[in-house]
Amino acid sequence: MAKLERKMQQYSLVLTSNRKKGWDLFWTRFKKNWQLHVMMILPVVWIIMFHYIPIYGIQIAFREYSNYYGMWGSEYVGFLKLAKFFGNYKWSSYVVNTLSISLYSLVAGFPTPIILALIIHVNDRKILKKITQNVSYIPHFISTVVMVGILIRIFDQYTGLLASFNRLLGITDRPNLMANVDAFRHIYVWSGIWQGMGWSTILYIASLSAVSEELHEAARIDGANRLKRVWHVDIPAILPVISIQLILRFGHIMSVGYEKVYLMQNSVNLPVSEIISTHVYKRGIQDGDLSYGAAVGLMNTFINTTLVVLVNWITTKLTDGEGGLF
Amino acid sequence: MAKKVKYKPKKIKLCASDLVLQIVTTILLFIVLLITLYPIIYIISCSFSDYIAINAGRVVFWPVGFTWSGYEYVFRFKDIWVGYRNTLIYTVVGTALNIFMSMLCAYPLSKRDFQGRRTYMNLFFISMFFGAGLIPHYLWNKTLGFINNPLVMIIPGAMGVYNMIILRTAFRSSIPGDLFEAAKIDGANEFRSLFQIAVPLAKPTISVLTLYYAVGHWNAYFSAMIYLRDKNLWPLQLFLRGILTTTEGFKPSDASNPTPNPSGGSSTQIADNTLGAKYALIVVSTVPVLILYAIVQKYFKKGVMVGAVKG
Repeated sequence: MAKLERKMQQYSLVLTSNRKKGWDLFWTRFKKNWQLHVMMILPVVWIIMFHYIPIYGIQIAFREYSNYYGMWGSEYVGFLKLAKFFGNYKWSSYVVNTLSISLYSLVAGFPTPIILALIIHVNDRKILKKITQNVSYIPHFISTVVMVGILIRIFDQYTGLLASFNRLLGITDRPNLMANVDAFRHIYVWSGIWQGMGWSTILYIASLSAVSEELHEAARIDGANRLKRVWHVDIPAILPVISIQLILRFGHIMSVGYEKVYLMQNSVNLPVSEIISTHVYKRGIQDGDLSYGAAVGLMNTFINTTLVVLVNWITTKLTDGEGGLF
Repeated sequence: MAKKVKYKPKKIKLCASDLVLQIVTTILLFIVLLITLYPIIYIISCSFSDYIAINAGRVVFWPVGFTWSGYEYVFRFKDIWVGYRNTLIYTVVGTALNIFMSMLCAYPLSKRDFQGRRTYMNLFFISMFFGAGLIPHYLWNKTLGFINNPLVMIIPGAMGVYNMIILRTAFRSSIPGDLFEAAKIDGANEFRSLFQIAVPLAKPTISVLTLYYAVGHWNAYFSAMIYLRDKNLWPLQLFLRGILTTTEGFKPSDASNPTPNPSGGSSTQIADNTLGAKYALIVVSTVPVLILYAIVQKYFKKGVMVGAVKG
């Protein structure tokens, strides 16, 4: 009888768990979900190990790293390492290069997939649309190393595609574009657009096809032609998606794809191609000044995060609290 | 010929401005097609061309002086095989782990009544916006003994948070909650509901994520460059970096001399021989990824949409 009573009590505990408080409540709920918690163990351990512990390790930026004392035991030096960065007369060129490359990518690269998606959406030729879509995804799968390899091949001074065209047209001038201060940014940005344009349309095409047909119908009855409907129906409908993408892009404004920049660097274009992240890699890991690298990297992250928050605030203001991300 | 009657819905005649729009967009689509395809065709043509023709700049569209010698040269190069083997291992093992971890993480987070879901979710969300940066990661991995250890290609990137969130959305939106309720009444525990109900129903999304992860592993070179010193552990991309991003021809560094032209004495001639091989290498290293894309392609529309729109 006592057993049954206990059982009853347990059930009523579950049923009335809403009224319970504190530890008891936690424990009842935990018993209900323990299998789900077990599932979370591996991912949580992983993210703490490979994300949060390194964040804790950022403090190396304020210490003089020594191999002997390790990460936590090295001497505290404050902002000395950051001061060293600003003491380098080249620091402004690193910042300028980073910003100009990424702003150029943003201005040229952000609208292109949206425009392409609109073109694909508006066009009526189904087969052509499908082929263009699928073909435009292909460059996305080319790796950074191979992409830079392709660029080097195509722009090769003597044997590249450009040289071939020049020969056909009878132009004897042979510029070496890969080792050219003026050409570096254009090559970097437009090859990036070539690679990513098609892939980025996926999201926009998906949101365009979700636009309600009734809106189009109503606009048509009001006498709007296709172009007007693009402007007054399609674009406003995908505006929230665009603003979220824009915020995310701003979050990466200081973190230019260093993998590609690093591979495209050579001694000639270095004045325009040395960016903060490649500088961090070279000084921090290649030359072994880990604290210096960490300090410069931290500054970079800090600017990044500030920008995201700022842009998010602005978008939220502009769209009356609808367009923001968080 | 038998007469076929096609029942087409009567088309509304386009007005002039719409017609112009159609023509303009069609032309633009053709231009996009051309811009995307032309460099690819050029590279493939070069890989099948005679190096003399490439050198003279005679290859513009079709292969000139068709030859397989570029490919022969590539496959006689020992490093390429080592790289291929390693990349294959990293990609298969790494992707399998990625998918497993993403499932484990996405399933509980997709449950609306899972206590502590918010806390877990924030843990993963924050990591998307704030990272430690290169050096602290390097130091920590060094502490863990990952220098020159092949595990570094797999463990630190065991899960992609963004991909996990896509899978979570798929679990949540494409599977009716009643199904899990029914399974629970039939006595299935959570692990069983995950692997026997949720996973089969989210197959399109999982195949797309497999593609994402696999492409990431296949194309990764930076962490290998930082952590792996032993050439026997290098992935393909790292060997490619040495060959493709330098302007010199790639010369056989190992004992087996793959020079197909024994009379070629001077180093410039060897460099010439390797020119076609560079193009062949570009093709050979990219084709596996494209094949994978072609396989997954049929799930694509369904799989991507689920996660993307609600992101």
